[in-house]
Amino acid sequence: MDITDFYDTFFEEAEELLADMERYLLELDVDEPDTEELNAIFRAAHSIKGGAGTFGFDALQKTTHLFENLLDHTRKGELALRRDIVDTFLETKDMLSDQLDAYRNGGEPDQEAFERICQTLQQLALEEIGQDLDGGGAAAPKAEPVPEVAPATPPEPAKPANDGQRIVTLLNVGEKDRQLLVEELGQLGEVLSHQGDEQRYDVVLASSDSDDDIEAVMCFIIEADQFQIRPAVSGQPEEADGEPVVAGEGQRVVTLFNVGEKDRQLLVEELGQLGEVVSSQGDEARYDVVLASSVSNDDIEAVMCFIVDADQLQISKAGEVGPPAEAAKAGAAPVAAANTAKPAATPEQAAKPPVKAAADEGARTARGKPKAKGPETSSIRVSVDKVDQIINLVGELIITQSMLDQTVSDMDAVADSALLNGMSLLQRNARDLQESVMSIRMIPMDFVFSRFPRVVRETAGKLGKEIELVTEGESTELDKSLTERIIDPLTHLVRNSLDHGIEMPEDRVAAGKPRTGRLTLSAQHQGGNILIEVIDDGAGLNRDRLLAKARENGLPVSDAMSDDEVWQLIFAPGFSTAKAVTDVSGRGVGMDVVKRNIQGMGGHVEIMSKSGEGTRIRIVLPLTLAILDGMSIKVGGEMFILPLSAVLESLQPAKGDLYAMAGDDVVLKVRDEYLPVVAVHEALDVPDAKTKLTETIAVIVQGEGRRYALLVDDLVGQQQVVVKNLETNYRKVPGVSAATILGDGSVALILDITGLHRLSRAKKEVRRPERTYQSLEALTDKELETSS
Amino acid sequence: MNQTTEAAMTAAEAHNREFLVFSLGEEEYAVDILKVQEIRGYENVTRIANAPDFIKGVTNLRGVIVPIVDLRIKFHLDKVEYGGQTVVIVVNVEDRVVGIVVDGVSDVMTLSPDQIKPAPEFGVTLSSDFLSGLGSLEDRMLVIVDIDKLLTSDEMELVERVAE
Repeated sequence: MDITDFYDTFFEEAEELLADMERYLLELDVDEPDTEELNAIFRAAHSIKGGAGTFGFDALQKTTHLFENLLDHTRKGELALRRDIVDTFLETKDMLSDQLDAYRNGGEPDQEAFERICQTLQQLALEEIGQDLDGGGAAAPKAEPVPEVAPATPPEPAKPANDGQRIVTLLNVGEKDRQLLVEELGQLGEVLSHQGDEQRYDVVLASSDSDDDIEAVMCFIIEADQFQIRPAVSGQPEEADGEPVVAGEGQRVVTLFNVGEKDRQLLVEELGQLGEVVSSQGDEARYDVVLASSVSNDDIEAVMCFIVDADQLQISKAGEVGPPAEAAKAGAAPVAAANTAKPAATPEQAAKPPVKAAADEGARTARGKPKAKGPETSSIRVSVDKVDQIINLVGELIITQSMLDQTVSDMDAVADSALLNGMSLLQRNARDLQESVMSIRMIPMDFVFSRFPRVVRETAGKLGKEIELVTEGESTELDKSLTERIIDPLTHLVRNSLDHGIEMPEDRVAAGKPRTGRLTLSAQHQGGNILIEVIDDGAGLNRDRLLAKARENGLPVSDAMSDDEVWQLIFAPGFSTAKAVTDVSGRGVGMDVVKRNIQGMGGHVEIMSKSGEGTRIRIVLPLTLAILDGMSIKVGGEMFILPLSAVLESLQPAKGDLYAMAGDDVVLKVRDEYLPVVAVHEALDVPDAKTKLTETIAVIVQGEGRRYALLVDDLVGQQQVVVKNLETNYRKVPGVSAATILGDGSVALILDITGLHRLSRAKKEVRRPERTYQSLEALTDKELETSS
Repeated sequence: MNQTTEAAMTAAEAHNREFLVFSLGEEEYAVDILKVQEIRGYENVTRIANAPDFIKGVTNLRGVIVPIVDLRIKFHLDKVEYGGQTVVIVVNVEDRVVGIVVDGVSDVMTLSPDQIKPAPEFGVTLSSDFLSGLGSLEDRMLVIVDIDKLLTSDEMELVERVAE
């Protein structure tokens, strides 16, 4: 077992934590922030930091660290929230997501972006906390904004008498951070010397700033308990403490309950990175690790939580539960701790440990409990592959069951009643099973809707509009692969509604509407479909303007078009009625992409709009991609499936409606439209198919906005089919989108309407005349001549 | 993946490897038994349009769509018939499942390393790149096929290349 095995767990948890963080940030009331929410945000940052540290994701760890410190100040009320600060926090959250993605893809995050966000946070901290503390007149002597050049500030009361020469000792600080810290300290004064290793590193600093100032600077990089500041009186820092620092301050017993051996080893290794593992012993039921480390309990827990559950873990002071063998050492701990107490402790510092401890405690219970009793006990994480496998197997079961059904259907109802009863029971159970299994893939729309408060907030902010977002039907469920694909088109529609739909506040007031616009996102089931609606109470679509714009773009329109047809114009490529192009929308790319995406998912878009009252855009999607409503057709001896959503009608072509064009092409006149004709047997080289055009059946299909007539031998029927990917074991086949398994166990190909048209054209271009002209000659000679 | 490690382990432990022997016309070929998932009859194959002639189509293997390749056509054998003896060897290569049509499966042979001779440079039909060697067994000669290389090669057109 390797630590990288835990990467995925970490990435998933971190992603969830970030999503929580964003939700809380958006909910935050800037004027009266809820402490619980602030704590939750802080905890999320903290947990991510812990994991990032464990796995060596430096940039992520550092960013979360700075972020966490800021949040810490926020929840203690030292940093007053403002909208722009929350925006910065949100930006930080985005950056964390980016970093996470980078690590997940095995890369390193963008260094520039990382430095920029760190700087932004540092800046914010220096400005805001400095001001805040000054204004608030805190009891403790104050961390001022760190001066670039050390100013001759009057000595603070708590400042050591010694003229500014101090030893800053860093405990368990990695090399990168050390360098950073030394640089930072260099800005405060003069660094006389620095030496040591990761465990203990001494920096001798000559500076006129107070200890507090130094501390304030360092706190953005490392934890308060990772460093000490003492005046350099004796000049022999080594003797002053050494050993006891570690032993005293951090000796703890970490007890693991019911942890398997592999995990134990891993944990001991992990702990070794945090400090020194003094001893470890025990068995699976209870395993004690004595750890000398200066990191906080919380950090230890954060690291371990990625491997074991909170309730499998107990951390206690060495003295409390230490095994007998450790008693002597543990006993010495308090004394040692006293030795190393910070000589320059200020009132604030003295007050800090308890506060922090309390906060840690709060964080622990809050995080520990939901973990143990919350969602984890009621849900499990399963890979999609496993679910798909179950779905496959159930599909097989259904096929077998229908085969059996056919076999027993001609049996005697009386003589074999027991078997027939059993069969009908089997059928019912199999259907129920299929339904339950399909529901595993379903996730609530909340997954999609939850990202819109952010989108709306930012877009509204940019546009200077006031908008209230209402979501309905968040619990409506949809196939996971679809929820992921619906996000982009939906975001586009929402942006569009915000930009073009809802008016500016003044215009709204003038029109007698409430100042604040309302955008509603709703989802509901209807039969086998889900309806997702984006509703705004804005100005609505303007029929005249749409028509005028369409004429300008050379689209074929007439005043007689129905409203529905006019509204659909907004999906035409390059079509935008926005008076000005904004950075939110209006470039005219997009709506056509939205439509294409949705059609790609087997759905369609409807628009309802009323001038002055608003617009309702409705997306209709099938509930799942795993099952398709198909029409089975026969060509030659082969069976194919057409997606029913693409089929408009079918008819038997009459002689008089077929016209030859430019030698090889044939068009079919359906009502007033001439449609290109594609013969399936030609595109797919099916042998023994009907070649006489008037004997075939023309299925009028529509794909990507293009209609054509597909010639097939026979229509077999409609049925729901389970969609199987061809590319899993083979490759993409032109003109075919996927495959399915029929009731008799054989494979049928599902035709790709758009691809088939393309394929047929491509084949016509390279075709050898002698092979293909046959059917067409028959047509030109006999059919056409007789008809004219 | 696992199978490769298992194969390596077996080789290290026993130094002997087991091969499934099959026939194409008069010739005997062998594949590493650990690549073989199962053997089944040739039935219910759905033709795929515009594919090379040796790709017979796809079939349903317990819910999984599996392409079927006829090695006899690929190797330009004179007689290609489908009958009761025609078998499909279902193999696992690089996380894919592929069925290969052969004239028959005879037995499973254990070969020690000294029974496997390096393959000489072959003609055009079967490049020696796709062979792991020739197995000699008394008076029989087995052509040991490197099924991974063969089925994932460009000329088999089974795997979509990124460049395409």
